[in-house]
Amino acid sequence: MKPELEQLAESICAKYDYDAVNLLPILQEIQSHSARNYICEEMARIIAQKLDITESRVYDVITYFSALSSEPRGEIIIQICNSTTCNVNNNRDLIHWFEEELGINVGETTPDNKFTLIFTHCFGACDVSPAVRIDHDVYGMLTREKVKELIAAKRGVVV
Amino acid sequence: MKQVHFITELFDKYDGRSLQAYLNVGGFASLQKTIEIGSEAVLTEIDASGLQGRGGAAYPTGKKLRQAQAEKAARKFVVCNADEGEPGTFKDRELLKCNIYQVIEGMVIAGICTQSQEGIIYVREEYTNMHDEIRNAIAECYSHNYLGKNILGSPYNFDLKLFSGAGSYVCGEGFAMCESMEGKSGRPRSKPPYVKQEGFLNLPTLVINTETLSTIVSIIKHGADSFRRYGTEESPGTKLISISGKVNRPGVYEIPFGLTIREIINDLAGGIRNGKKGHFVQIGGASGGILPEWLWDTPYTYEDLAKAGLSVGSGAIVVADEDNSLLDYLKVVQDFFSHESCGKCTPCREGNRQLRFIFERITDGTVTVADYDRLEIVLDVMGKASLCGSGKTEVVPFRTAQRYFPELFLTKESLEAKKAVV
Ligand SMILES: Cc1cc2nc3c(=O)[nH]c(=O)nc-3n(C[C@H](O)[C@H](O)[C@H](O)COP(=O)(O)O)c2cc1C
Ligand code: SF4
Repeated sequence: MKPELEQLAESICAKYDYDAVNLLPILQEIQSHSARNYICEEMARIIAQKLDITESRVYDVITYFSALSSEPRGEIIIQICNSTTCNVNNNRDLIHWFEEELGINVGETTPDNKFTLIFTHCFGACDVSPAVRIDHDVYGMLTREKVKELIAAKRGVVV
Repeated sequence: MKQVHFITELFDKYDGRSLQAYLNVGGFASLQKTIEIGSEAVLTEIDASGLQGRGGAAYPTGKKLRQAQAEKAARKFVVCNADEGEPGTFKDRELLKCNIYQVIEGMVIAGICTQSQEGIIYVREEYTNMHDEIRNAIAECYSHNYLGKNILGSPYNFDLKLFSGAGSYVCGEGFAMCESMEGKSGRPRSKPPYVKQEGFLNLPTLVINTETLSTIVSIIKHGADSFRRYGTEESPGTKLISISGKVNRPGVYEIPFGLTIREIINDLAGGIRNGKKGHFVQIGGASGGILPEWLWDTPYTYEDLAKAGLSVGSGAIVVADEDNSLLDYLKVVQDFFSHESCGKCTPCREGNRQLRFIFERITDGTVTVADYDRLEIVLDVMGKASLCGSGKTEVVPFRTAQRYFPELFLTKESLEAKKAVV
């Protein structure tokens, strides 16, 4: 067992009284500490032990919710809305711009593990559609140029 | 009278962040009044207003609060539904952002009226960038005794906290929401018992929409009569709509019930972009009905939309123009449900699998008469036998599309035969 995983799980589970009712916020908080935005199998096992629940329940919850992942992802998650409004507003260009800028297809992670590009359903930004969500922030009314700037800024490059 | 400001009265009047600013513009007057006049008088006012739940099911709010009040238990919960999962909907976002204190005020009032002492605001994960502001507002209310023990010196206690969803549409459904708050995957339970009887932790739970709560506060403040000045007999009052798609001014507008769809599009949302012709709208979210352009003079009311086979739903209006294909649109809707179906019941889980196959064949032109027979069976079974509202209402967009755009659902052969005749 990796001591750092054990330590993190201990501090977070303790905060929630080791009560399995709090499994969802516990998992969200655990994942927020992962650079790769996921919860590994070993961590899931540790949490199950600490809360005295089955591993399958932990796994069930992780795989059920879109915000949680059992697979490693990029450091920064870019979610392109693929719901009704953004489709009506022709999000095809936007998808293409992000794919081009990142050099990957939707559903993939960049080789340096910096970005994961995925589709998501409506996140309530239809007034600025077509929209994307980069981690917790929403960006709308994008142009080719803005996408370039956004990615550069996220890469830490000044343009 | 197009856009009105009954629920949104305080939008722009204060920053939406500081409790003091909210108090300065008359905030928490409805709570004061509730403490003074008592829950029965408040419930009578809400009954008189005719307010219907804004979460989608349009259940009379007064009746719902009374039912919650009648439940006896040592612990009872009020949950503010801020999951806002229906695609095209973003009005609860505005209520949380511009006037969170009114939502909190509504929660405390709902707690007093139903004798519940614990509240939870269930906010979708997608609104994480607002969570801290909401938590701050809750903390502010605690420090000034608008939450906590003996609120404003009254005998009432009410605790409140935020719970973050984790990205699941179905968790907007009461039982699925309770399951997720109990640390389980958000799958609905079968009824009865109902959420109001055995919800969160199997205790009585009132799940109520963000807009419904905000409206309650305004009704108590201004009286049921001022609410009823707006709208129609069967759809009293005002409603927040989220309009988006091919319009010039997408956004959230508060309207009196009874404007026509065309008025909403043209007069509020600035008309269709680039002078294009309208094609259809979807009303009420992904589970809402499709209304063709030639019926846009339909008034936006519960009763008129029902006649057309639609409902108000979440208050979303997604506008498509002549460049948008309805078939592509329906595929996006279907894809949404395939992804969000929790898989617990067979009609919805397998029905979505079949719908996907059929839509693929409609798109590539290989659809057969047998496929359409199957489509009928699948929609029929889903609508009747799905466990929760998700599977049940998913059929609405397809049924209304069939009704208004029948040519979309013809095989290649019959389409050609039809063309040859014309
Ligand atoms: C699949 C599904 C998703 C739902 N999503 C929401 C939602 O995001 N927000 C909401 O207020 N109600 C949603 N509802 C309706 C709620 O179950 C419930 O009826 C509503 O929150 C009650 O509040 P009201 O009486 O104020 O309308 C959903 C229902 C179903 C079946
Ligand atoms: S109708 Fe769909 S979402 Fe609802 S319980 Fe059945 S499978 Fe789950």
